[in-house]
Amino acid sequence: MSRIEISKVNKYYGDVHVLKDLDLVVEDGDFMTLLGPSGCGKTTTLRVIAGLEAPQRGTLSIGGVKAADGEVNFNMPPAKRGVNLVFQSYALWPHMTVFENVAFGLVIKKMAKAKITEKVTGALGRLHIQEFAERYPSELSGGQQQRVAIARSIVSEPRVLLLDEPLSNLDAKLRIEMRSELKRLHQELKTTVVYVTHDQVEALTMSTKIAVFFEGRLVQVDTPKGLYGNPVELRVADFIGNPKINFVECCCSTDGDALVTDSVLGRMVLDRAAARNARFPPMGVEPVACGVSSVLAIRPEHVHIGRVRTPGAVPCRIYSALPAGSETLIQAAVNGDMIMAKVIGQEEFGQDESAWLSVQTDKLNVYDKASGRIALGALS
Amino acid sequence: MIRESPERPSAGVRKAPSRFLEKSGNMLVSLFTNPYNVISLVSLVLLAYLIVVPVGEMVRTSFTWQPKDARLVETAVPGAFTAYHWVQMLSSEVSRAMLWEPLLNSLAVALWVSAISLVIGGLMAWVTTRTDLPGRKFFAFCVLVPYMLPSWYKALAWIAVFKNERIGGYPGFLNAIFGWSPPDWLSYGFLPIVITLSIHYYAFAYLLISSALSSIGGDLEEMGEIAGASRFTILRKITFPLVLPAILSSFILTFSRAIGTFGVPAFLGLKVNYYTISTMLFASVRNRQTVQAYILSIVLIFLAVLTVYMNQKMIGKRKSYTTIGGKGTRKNLVKLGKWTNPILSALILFIVVAVIFPVVILLLQSFLERDGIYKPDNLTLHYWIGESTRLIGEGEPGIFRNGAMWRALGTTMKLVLVSSVIATFVGLILGYVISRGRKKLSGRVIEQVSFLPYLIPSIAFGAIYLSMFSRPHFFIPVLYGTLAILILISVVKYLPFSVRAGTSNMMQIGSELEEAAMIEGASFARRFFRIVMPLAGKGFVSGFILIFISAMKELDLVVLLMTPATSTLTALTYSYADSGFHQFSDAVITVIVAIIMVVYVLAGKIGKVDMSKGLGG
Repeated sequence: MSRIEISKVNKYYGDVHVLKDLDLVVEDGDFMTLLGPSGCGKTTTLRVIAGLEAPQRGTLSIGGVKAADGEVNFNMPPAKRGVNLVFQSYALWPHMTVFENVAFGLVIKKMAKAKITEKVTGALGRLHIQEFAERYPSELSGGQQQRVAIARSIVSEPRVLLLDEPLSNLDAKLRIEMRSELKRLHQELKTTVVYVTHDQVEALTMSTKIAVFFEGRLVQVDTPKGLYGNPVELRVADFIGNPKINFVECCCSTDGDALVTDSVLGRMVLDRAAARNARFPPMGVEPVACGVSSVLAIRPEHVHIGRVRTPGAVPCRIYSALPAGSETLIQAAVNGDMIMAKVIGQEEFGQDESAWLSVQTDKLNVYDKASGRIALGALS
Repeated sequence: MIRESPERPSAGVRKAPSRFLEKSGNMLVSLFTNPYNVISLVSLVLLAYLIVVPVGEMVRTSFTWQPKDARLVETAVPGAFTAYHWVQMLSSEVSRAMLWEPLLNSLAVALWVSAISLVIGGLMAWVTTRTDLPGRKFFAFCVLVPYMLPSWYKALAWIAVFKNERIGGYPGFLNAIFGWSPPDWLSYGFLPIVITLSIHYYAFAYLLISSALSSIGGDLEEMGEIAGASRFTILRKITFPLVLPAILSSFILTFSRAIGTFGVPAFLGLKVNYYTISTMLFASVRNRQTVQAYILSIVLIFLAVLTVYMNQKMIGKRKSYTTIGGKGTRKNLVKLGKWTNPILSALILFIVVAVIFPVVILLLQSFLERDGIYKPDNLTLHYWIGESTRLIGEGEPGIFRNGAMWRALGTTMKLVLVSSVIATFVGLILGYVISRGRKKLSGRVIEQVSFLPYLIPSIAFGAIYLSMFSRPHFFIPVLYGTLAILILISVVKYLPFSVRAGTSNMMQIGSELEEAAMIEGASFARRFFRIVMPLAGKGFVSGFILIFISAMKELDLVVLLMTPATSTLTALTYSYADSGFHQFSDAVITVIVAIIMVVYVLAGKIGKVDMSKGLGG
């Protein structure tokens, strides 16, 4: 069993507070991605799990066994934790052959020679790099080095596999190839994976769960689908999704069970009963007419642009249309605001053409502008 | 598919002669108008003339009967081929004293110096890069100071302290204060030579090993930790193999420098007839035994080439590692704990002994009216600012009233400034050719040839230029006795460093910056001076300072070439010390050290100067 439980972990480097009261549970068999901009503490979290950094406060347990406790300065050595790690730089030892690199940990454990050969060959085979066993890392391409690093990390059959931005040094094509390779490995080996990345596509495509970090704090843990559909904060909404989500400022008021928003997109009436975590009005303030300023967050794929006027549509002017084969990105100006729409197929619009813009109201998220927290989440 | 048009071959046949002429004409024009080719050609010719020809001439001379040989050997025909000199040198009654003993001494000194330097430098590198020692940055600066000063500076200090009664003259510090006359083996010869050279050359090991240690990503060691290796196993199986190439290199580098060094063995060895190859070479030149001096030079060059070849052989391609430093490479510094204070004390003690004490003792000595009497009423400023008097130093006035001193200062400043500017500039031009011609034969040949002076020990280089330029040579007049020959030899000797600095500088300037200007229609000269040079400015300054410091403390290179009229400060120091005027030599070298330290500190203020590029002499 390899459930990882992090509770109230704090980590400082000198005066810099890197992890702030971190609570995170990674269930057995999860593919948990730690996602966030650089410097947000995700790599530090990984290093705490690996045992390379000791937290100053808080505890960590792996598979029900306590691995670190800041209060009593306890930090189990990495090798005892049943974890293994793939570094961003691969950290292959340049003076050892591929075989020696992969076998190193087993030799340290004083495993029998025949057994080592069998295991190493197995790991190399699993990653399709048997033929490079006698080469040195410098004689391999980046993608091959990456495979060696992964082979080295799985040869000891760790309960938890930790990956620190393993794909960031690969080119786009290899990255896609390795993504599916890693996903397959996870399912075959049935280990728990903790994966650090700042690439949201990697996170959304591979993980069973994603933990989003900002400035040393864990902001949201959710499934990829949940994270994409209902980001809990404006900055998460801003971070996830490409092309970026549209933000439109609005004024909110309640009308019975409905939430009424007024913005450049006109008046919209949203059904609070049908929505997720409808916490409006925030902070218990009952709004008058247009009292609480909020932000509407609309994904580009939920914006529709057409030449025919539909109910609820507002007039817009096409700023630019960017056909990209399977889809077309359209930027449109609505009363001075720029709205991005993603339309399937190749819509043909001329520059400065007038059109009608409407949004799918059941996919909207509404955020409180002051706190940045979600006020009303769409059903996704 | 694109096919060649059918009429083209026939057209080619019909118009073959004119087309051929046109084609070769165009090629010639582009060959001689392409600035790259012109520069390559000129540099190759100059490099060959200044480096390859002199060595060849020396070898040829050593196999030729000389005019004065006719007096000794009847069969000698001046100008004809002979192996006589080599046979004389290698197996005759003089060869033991002339060659074998000095050779053994040189080898022993070089081996011991390399080994001791490695231990001192390696330990310091580890302490300053891998431990949590307080004030590591400060120590990293301090431990390089001895290297900034001339190596024979420490030899002078050694004599001032350990001089014994055997030689006569004034007593050393120990003798004067404690009345104890140190034994010969402690005052002169092998042991003091090894110690003073080690205190100088450990800087190589320090620089190479510390840069190797800090280039090892922390992740390589952390990975070992995850695999369950103990600290010691990680050190043995991961860290040590990774710095091994640096360890070998620094050993070889120290060895090849120490074997040819002149100043220290001259100050500490000659008085007790302890000769190394370099001091024997110097003595041969003084005694006008030119051919013997050549053979000794060739032996020195051979030894240097051999060590560098061994270095290449041992380290090879695969084993020189450059690791990509990952992002997660926070260094896990070793906690020294209870070892902090002992190590700190040892370091401070070392700096006191190797840096502060020599400065203090030589400064103090320069204030003693009568040498060796450390009493307040014996203090004087005479050697600095005194008028000439018959009572002291055979009427030499204090150095600041001394014409010889001011001439030497002028010569030194001219020499050092001019040669470092020229060397840096030449380094940039050759660096340009090398970096833009990486894939061409010319670029690679220029790179290799400009490295050759590295293999020729300074004193041997001086001997070569002495023979070559003491008579007119091709279109060059007699240069011996002029400042020009000192500038020339300095520029050529420092080429390996200036070219290396220039090349790495040029590599950072993308050729597309230049190509963009080419499209705008800028001429080559314009591109070079308006685009390449300004961008190379910072590297220019740091290269300049490194060469400035090396030239400032240079003795070996110029000691054979200077005349009283072109004496440098270092040569003046040497001749004062040689004639027993220690207070004068102390005062002059203090001036040298002051200039070097001011430049070094200024350089640190102006910008980062990477001392590891200046592994000169």
